[in-house]
Amino acid sequence: MALDKNQIAKRIAQEVKDRYFVNLGIGIPTLVANYVRHDIEVEFQSENGVLGMGPFPFEGEEDADIINAGKQTITTLPGASFFDSAFSFGMIRAQKVDLTILGAMEVSENGDIANWKIPGKMVKGMGGAMDLVASAENIIVAMMHVNKAGESKILKKCTLPLTGVGCVKKVVTELAVMEVTPKGFKLLERAPGVSVEEIIKATEAELIIEGDIPEMNID
Amino acid sequence: MINKKVRNVEEALHDIKDGQTIMLGGFGLCGIPENSIAELVKKDVKDLTCISNNAGVDDFGLGLLLQKRQIKKMISSYVGENAEFERQMLSGELDVELTPQGTLAEKCRAAQAGIPAFFTPAGYGTEVAEGKETREFNGKMHVMELAYKADFSIVKAWKGDEAGNLIFKGTARNFNGCMAGAAKITIAEVEELLPVGSLDPNQIHIPGIMVQRIFQGEKFEKRIEQRTTRKRD
Repeated sequence: MALDKNQIAKRIAQEVKDRYFVNLGIGIPTLVANYVRHDIEVEFQSENGVLGMGPFPFEGEEDADIINAGKQTITTLPGASFFDSAFSFGMIRAQKVDLTILGAMEVSENGDIANWKIPGKMVKGMGGAMDLVASAENIIVAMMHVNKAGESKILKKCTLPLTGVGCVKKVVTELAVMEVTPKGFKLLERAPGVSVEEIIKATEAELIIEGDIPEMNID
Repeated sequence: MINKKVRNVEEALHDIKDGQTIMLGGFGLCGIPENSIAELVKKDVKDLTCISNNAGVDDFGLGLLLQKRQIKKMISSYVGENAEFERQMLSGELDVELTPQGTLAEKCRAAQAGIPAFFTPAGYGTEVAEGKETREFNGKMHVMELAYKADFSIVKAWKGDEAGNLIFKGTARNFNGCMAGAAKITIAEVEELLPVGSLDPNQIHIPGIMVQRIFQGEKFEKRIEQRTTRKRD
């Protein structure tokens, strides 16, 4: 069965390692924080200027001056710090942040990503995504494999205006985990109960498939 | 001490004119100079170029200026929360320069620090880099970006003193920290304006030399865009 958004987040949380500084994008990536192992040390950075983000505040304790990049009210954990936007992107550009997890409208087999604009229809802006994808060493994309019309979003070449080129390292969708290699997408894992054939059918790009593809462990 | 205190928002913004370029601090509705935005609406200055990460929401923040068509050009990174903005942009009424957020911040910081241009990898290979000089450093391609040139920078701080020293609170620092001192004239509106000597010099975020005018805002609504909470166990 295809994964739901929380299960995608749960699978991506396995990529978060001990002593990582992590930046989470809006949407599914935000949910990843809920599933990170409790026995490792991880700090969450939000590009609007906070390191050491905690969970949402208790009702009645919201502070308009303490938000994340999704404009949601948040809390901070002991050891947290605040800084201005230029400093924040300085730490991103200088690769102090180990892992960036963000959403996408399309990804292509050479690691290009598009997630900020549909010409003539939707222009919300790139926010911090272009800076993050251009600088981060490790970028994982959380996205749906196909759009509402059933068309693949895992492509040979992106059709939408790009956010970044050759930057995506791994993609986790409701159907599969794929790694971006110099030769294209390599299928690493499949969602429980989803066959390799179903994944191939939902993928416009060529998939590199070597041996048996294991099921994801999302328990 | 050189005193930067002005009586009120009217005095602080008295010489802002049609067609000028203004930087405004804030991220979403967090840390925006609310009193100054209200004054710009009241003054009815037009054809403004505004440099601000976001454009407010339909009925608050810079959205108020958009509704009155006072903005000719908007330089932002993300405008997703404002339907009127999107409508004016898609119809071509509003000139929009979408800029990666880190580049926008650094273009402010460069102006603040007297650096005319810099190279960043952000936007390389995308439409953001079209027409711009690119160059390889350490095996990676970069795009040249120029410092902003603005007439006014309007920032909002938590506390300030009459010398113009500023202290921000939480993530309300955001673009206020890199816009202070990044224009010919910087205006700071603060929640609490204190006499000199009240603030510990060790705790100052922006030294007073970056600020030409400072006033205490009359009231701050501090609207929350996305109120997210968790239940007590």
